[in-house]
Amino acid sequence: MRNVLKHLSSKDRRGAWIAFVVLAIVLLALPFFTDALFGRGWVRIMDFALLYIMLALGLNIVVGYAGLLDLGYIAFFAVGAYCYALLGSPQLGLHLPFWVVLPLGALLACIFGVLLGAPTLRLRGDYLAIVTLGFGEIIRIFLNNLNAPINITNGPQGISMIDPIRFGEFSLGNTHELFGLTFPSVHLHYYLFLLFTLLVIFISLRLEDSRIGRAWMAIREDEVAAEAMGINTRNIKLLAFAMGATFGGLAGGLFAGFQGFVSPESFSLTESITVLCMVVLGGMGNINGVLLGGILLVVLPEALRHGSGPAQQLLFGKTLIDPESLRMLLFGLALITVMLWRPSGLWPSNQRRRELVAENDTAQL
Amino acid sequence: MIASKSRSLLQVRDLKVAYGGIQALKGIDLDVAPGELVALIGSNGAGKTTTLKALAGLLQPSAGKIHYRGISLQHHAAHQLIQEGLVLVPEGRGVFARLTVEENLQMGAYCRNDKSSIAQDMQHVYQLFPRLAERHMQLAGTLSGGEQQMMALGRALMSRPKLLMLDEPSMGLAPMMVVKIFETIRNISAQGVSILLVEQNAKLALEVAHRGYVLESGLITLSDSAVNLLGSAVVRRAYLGS
Repeated sequence: MRNVLKHLSSKDRRGAWIAFVVLAIVLLALPFFTDALFGRGWVRIMDFALLYIMLALGLNIVVGYAGLLDLGYIAFFAVGAYCYALLGSPQLGLHLPFWVVLPLGALLACIFGVLLGAPTLRLRGDYLAIVTLGFGEIIRIFLNNLNAPINITNGPQGISMIDPIRFGEFSLGNTHELFGLTFPSVHLHYYLFLLFTLLVIFISLRLEDSRIGRAWMAIREDEVAAEAMGINTRNIKLLAFAMGATFGGLAGGLFAGFQGFVSPESFSLTESITVLCMVVLGGMGNINGVLLGGILLVVLPEALRHGSGPAQQLLFGKTLIDPESLRMLLFGLALITVMLWRPSGLWPSNQRRRELVAENDTAQL
Repeated sequence: MIASKSRSLLQVRDLKVAYGGIQALKGIDLDVAPGELVALIGSNGAGKTTTLKALAGLLQPSAGKIHYRGISLQHHAAHQLIQEGLVLVPEGRGVFARLTVEENLQMGAYCRNDKSSIAQDMQHVYQLFPRLAERHMQLAGTLSGGEQQMMALGRALMSRPKLLMLDEPSMGLAPMMVVKIFETIRNISAQGVSILLVEQNAKLALEVAHRGYVLESGLITLSDSAVNLLGSAVVRRAYLGS
């Protein structure tokens, strides 16, 4: 960012700062506007959008940068969530504070990332995808069955009454009066998630522009050549798995504290695929694209759910198809259309864009 | 024995490599002296690429000794060898297609952190290949085959090799381009970089090389000066088609 600013003239730089301030104000005011215009349910949807964005950015490191297709990514989300749930609920009688449990969940997810990464180092493409898919299912099935002989995860019933995220006496689970404004729980979570999302974006940006980031991209392009450049492909690939998993675990912990309830069915294969869709639809390897993909894939199904009923009333005078079942159909159609029209994603990375420009150049020669 | 060790940059003794049950290299001896350009020729499947991969640490030999600058390379991983100046340009060039030419060249200097001398070397590569300078912002995947080969050579030079191993640099290139690439190889060699060149195009390889080895189904069957090999009846019949 600083480098970008350096290249701008002082006038442009002022423009960039104004844009930055406007964006900050919009992001801060967003929950209140949404609440007033669409209702509180939509603020909750925004909270989930932020969680999904964190997940998508984490997966972007593995899939977008390093080119390792991971179909079991949601497992790391599950690890983070269950870590929080077990250490902060009546389930095991532990009530450790949020600032202990959240980093612990991220660390545990990181360890699981390395555990998954280590045996799959020699695998590529389809084979890697199948192993990671298996890993994701193993975690979910474990969570489902670890209620006997000793009850750890409470099986399919899941863990409830999870402690809300609390800073000292200030609990995000309650409504608070601050600066003359009323902050309901969903609003407070929005600000916390926004903070963590910005942190994840910042780390992603720094990584993209680093030696490690370039090594990931080299491995994605040609692993043998990358090795011949002196890149320790084993360590660098493990690092990609570990970093991606850490973000997943972080999002998982926040999810558990926000929901107050976790169960294995939240971590199904469909969830892994949804996160992957966000990365691919938005634009693999491009942070802006991934943000866009994340927002769209959370907001679109909800909008279709709420919008398709009234739309049918307007068009036909009655509801012909149940909005709930129509929603997934339209959602699928939207995905297919986007992939046909923009195969490299809605907002492709610079490299992809340059690729297109270069093709035009050579065509002109 | 000791004398020959200190004289040669690379010394390979009885190197064996097996893929599963198939013996690809059945024990080969090979030397490269400092500043030398050595050609390793042979037909398809003779074990040429296998030899280079084993030397670059990409394959684990089943037996044999490799000494490089007097050090045994038994337990070195590929990424450590490049820091010692042992650099491979893989078969099929191995360019990073969706990175720009400049980014590709920078990857060549991945193991170095002396920024000013990296920038110097980059200028040097651009002087050697003006075509790459013109296209430095272009994606490597959109270059022509010959340009990609130049870039692969330039990228290898960015790591300041002491011994450069080239795997089939002429593969898939137009005849004009092949001549150009071999001219460049000769130039690089003239600057004091030792080169081990693997080629199917025996005539071209022996014309630029000082010495040559002929590899046939995992064994070295001939080794001599390049001039003698070019004149030898056996080589002419088997590889030069006359």
